[in-house]
Amino acid sequence: MHLYSLILIPLIGALTLILIPSKHQSLIKWTSAIVGLLGLALSIHLYFVFDKSVSGMQFVESIPWIPSFWINFRLGVDGLSLSMVLLTSIIWFTGILVSWNFQERVKEFFIYMFILVAGVFGVFLSLDFLVMFIFLEIAVIPKFVLIHVWGSGKKEYSAIKYTLYLLTGSAFALIAMMMIYLQTTTLDLTHLATLTYSAPFQKVIFLLLLIGFGVIIPLWPLHRWTPDGHSSAPTAISMLLAGVIMKLGGYALIRIGIGLFPLGAAFWAPLIATIAVVNCIYIAFVAMVQKDLKYVVANSSISHMGYVLMGLAAMNTVSLTGAAAQMFAHGIMAALFFALVGLIYQRTHTRMIADLGGLAHQMPRAATLFLMTGLASLGLPGFYNFVSEFLIFVGAFRTFPVLATIAILAVVITAIYVLRVTQQIFFGPRNPRWDGLKDISGLEMIPLVILVVVMLGFGLIPAPMTNLINQGIDPIVQHEVMKGQL
Amino acid sequence: MDQFTWLIPTLPLIAFLIIVGITYRFKLLSAIVATSFSLGSLFLAISILIQKIQSPKTTETFINWLTLTANQQTVLTLQMGYLMDPLAAVMCLIVTLIATLVLLYSIGYMKGDDGFSRYFAYISLFTFSMLGLVISNNYFQTFVFWELVGLCSYLLIGFWFFKPAAADASKKAFITNRWADFGFLVGIIGLFTHFGTFNFAELSTVISLHQNTLVLLILGLLVFLGPMGKSAMFPFHVWLPDAMEGPTPISALIHAATMVAAGIYLVARGYILFASVDSVMIVIAYIGGFTALFAATIALVQRDIKRILAFSTLSQLGYMMMALGVGSMTSGMFHLTTHAFFKALLFLGAGSIIHAVHDQDIFNMGGLVKKMPITVWTFVIGSLALSGIFPLAGFWSKDEILTVTLQHHFMGLFILGTLVAFLTAFYMFRLIFIALFGDNRSGHHAHESSWTMTLPLLILAILSIIAGLVNTPWFYQWTGMSFSTFLFFKEPEVPVIHWSIAVLSSLAAMSGILFAWIIYSKQQISADKLAQRFKGAHTLLLKKYYIDEIYGWLFNKGLLGLGKVFNFIDHILIDGLFDGTATLIRSSGVQLRLFQTGRLQQYALVLFIAIAAMTIWGVR
Repeated sequence: MHLYSLILIPLIGALTLILIPSKHQSLIKWTSAIVGLLGLALSIHLYFVFDKSVSGMQFVESIPWIPSFWINFRLGVDGLSLSMVLLTSIIWFTGILVSWNFQERVKEFFIYMFILVAGVFGVFLSLDFLVMFIFLEIAVIPKFVLIHVWGSGKKEYSAIKYTLYLLTGSAFALIAMMMIYLQTTTLDLTHLATLTYSAPFQKVIFLLLLIGFGVIIPLWPLHRWTPDGHSSAPTAISMLLAGVIMKLGGYALIRIGIGLFPLGAAFWAPLIATIAVVNCIYIAFVAMVQKDLKYVVANSSISHMGYVLMGLAAMNTVSLTGAAAQMFAHGIMAALFFALVGLIYQRTHTRMIADLGGLAHQMPRAATLFLMTGLASLGLPGFYNFVSEFLIFVGAFRTFPVLATIAILAVVITAIYVLRVTQQIFFGPRNPRWDGLKDISGLEMIPLVILVVVMLGFGLIPAPMTNLINQGIDPIVQHEVMKGQL
Repeated sequence: MDQFTWLIPTLPLIAFLIIVGITYRFKLLSAIVATSFSLGSLFLAISILIQKIQSPKTTETFINWLTLTANQQTVLTLQMGYLMDPLAAVMCLIVTLIATLVLLYSIGYMKGDDGFSRYFAYISLFTFSMLGLVISNNYFQTFVFWELVGLCSYLLIGFWFFKPAAADASKKAFITNRWADFGFLVGIIGLFTHFGTFNFAELSTVISLHQNTLVLLILGLLVFLGPMGKSAMFPFHVWLPDAMEGPTPISALIHAATMVAAGIYLVARGYILFASVDSVMIVIAYIGGFTALFAATIALVQRDIKRILAFSTLSQLGYMMMALGVGSMTSGMFHLTTHAFFKALLFLGAGSIIHAVHDQDIFNMGGLVKKMPITVWTFVIGSLALSGIFPLAGFWSKDEILTVTLQHHFMGLFILGTLVAFLTAFYMFRLIFIALFGDNRSGHHAHESSWTMTLPLLILAILSIIAGLVNTPWFYQWTGMSFSTFLFFKEPEVPVIHWSIAVLSSLAAMSGILFAWIIYSKQQISADKLAQRFKGAHTLLLKKYYIDEIYGWLFNKGLLGLGKVFNFIDHILIDGLFDGTATLIRSSGVQLRLFQTGRLQQYALVLFIAIAAMTIWGVR
């Protein structure tokens, strides 16, 4: 199977949408849904044709691009990137469905969304640093327009803030990339992996990458674009932002940072672990005192990405597998959270927690789904989030017992804010103000049910997804060990 | 029979799925499904127990739920499986039996409730989770089901979610348990890190090689935090009294007989871990003993019938924990068994009374003995058993705990235990004399409940009378075995009666009943005057030692305060710094822009001034 088809599907979709006149809204939506479904089908197909018993990159293809600089358009997929591709296509498709009631400039909305998705697929599939970097920018830039045009609240501020933060991050990654190129005259990741680098070089490069990609994760204290960005974005875009974009940073840091510069990573690992604890705990506390529901969920995302950082810092197979699994699990869970918040907002026209209350009477389905998502978020067994968090904790405890223990404390703080919010929104006596509200309809349930099934399915039977990730992660870890660098 | 062990939890799971997926709209059908599947589990549990009695060997089966490899070698295996030994068999019986009786009882109790099907679905899910916990063969699986029973407890305490008190209580239960489970989780991860396995059997082999090491001390205490939360030991006890906001049958099943006993069960299951470090055992013993006394004193002054029973449960759990801590796993488990019967009986009896009176304040009851005789007399039997009156179930188990406490030279705990026996009898019979006998104080029109509610009461009353006999010398002589030769940690003990201790504890219990009779039935001493006389102590007990207030303060000032501080740092400091940088760059841009406005006149002016200046300069 040709991997570039996965990148082409959203691009061709965007081109098709350009040809459809804006007034045919339902045609645009149906086209989008079909394109999204195609993308999903193709990534599921990729999962089945992918050989899980062999480690390393598969379906590698290379198209010469700038031959004079030895830069090729190289794509490939391993267990790690495949899990991220699956995540992207699931959230993309459900995001399209969630936007079904969208009215405002639908055509342009989907076009920008599709360009973004193409960028994301590109990042996960590319085997050349320059190609990956370009795709990263393609994934990041449309967001500015999406927040600025279709957002809500202080959207201009949020859009600018988001863009400035992420472009500043990119600048650091760009410096690192140029330094690597000057040193090696190649940006081919496979080739780069065969070379050895001096320890001081690794330390500098890894720090630059940590800042550059850390902004996307986001890493405290570079995280402040996230709450505003998530909260101002329209629902489907929040889903993609929390579900996929934030994972680009973690992915790139594993693939390039840890994969190529293990000595540098090992040097900065205690710092990453410390920041991970700050992410987990500090942000969980911030989430606890938010008054706007979407800000709670947005902050919760940052807090959960702290677990990913913890998994990265420990740098062993278990912890890194857990980190990637957490990226998947959190992506699904965050998408579900934002979809639900969007549905509630659409009906009540408020996101202020204090205004809401007793909604379980009028919206039992929303209450059930929200509670399930919340339980997944606090790491309840039965959801995939528990498996991934458990793996991270097991892996991290070996290397950083004290820091890991403090990070585990976040499961308590998470429980506090999740259950408080659930109670404040849904429980309590019936509020007559909401009496006319309709519960989530059957059609609206479709994307939500898909996400719940994924979250629960891998929670109950974690092996298919986890072993896939394990297969992708292990060569990266073994590579460090083999080089005698750790 | 052991190969069918997996079916015991699976049947309630199937019931849950059937109710959620199919019979949700048909209320009675949901109840029938839940009850009959639970009955199926009960029969399986009985046959497995019988088989275990005949040949008490251990069976273990598991699958690898998740395996991670590094460099072709397994680095982590998470198992799901079952371990069927006498301990699990006894616990399975208790859980399935109480669950079945509670389900039967609930058909009457929950009649007409909007959430009838939801209720039966939740109980089935709970039964599944609890049984999954009981048969678990490793700490990981135990943790998984441990959390799931916690979830069911949350869902069932908050069953009437529209009541703010219920919603608060469910949240409190979950979060309090989370604090404890944090320690539990760190503990089992630590065990895995040090010993490379979660499996009980493998761990006990490895741990038996280590004694009194620092690692085992730390890990033992961490793991023990889990049981402290679930079994509501001080200082995690605060959630259990509030949990009474849930439907009363739930209190009987989850918050008296089974889930709260899971903590005791886990200590018994992982006994080798705790017993390998002396100081851990001492901590367990004293936390148990303290909780027993602490909760019993609070129970003395409460007015809500369910809260009195809740504090009594706390106290009895403390008793069991104390028994485990002093070194006798058997007597702790024995008391767990008898307590499950009589405390479930008491809660179901209380439910029957609340159902009839529509009030939970014991001072609004009274005069019930003629109107609902079955409920009242079974309640009295339950109270006698709880108080430890010969020859009821509680007498044997309580007596044994006191005996082992003395045998292991815990003199202080022995005195404390005897005092608690006195207090227990006193508060139970205070409740009985006020709520069941005497005059009808609120003009209620109580009547006896339907057969689905009284039948479980009768069955449990019979068990409360006879269950203790299985650990008596007579039973041992008759059958050649007893509870303590069936279920033991290292070596079986033949039951004996220590008459001096038996007499002492009986005297304590009977004087408790006597005092209650004098004060609340004969009213020769005025309770109000006593309360006036010891006003400080009375208020302290009424306010439950102000623990809830302290925690509330800590939460508001500590956690929320910290949240506000961090939020401030986020918004003012970090945003200020970054937004400030952005503003600075922009404003410098605005300033720099003046240098290239594109207006020719301006440039010409600058040029002119410059030439003029240079000319002047040159002339000078």
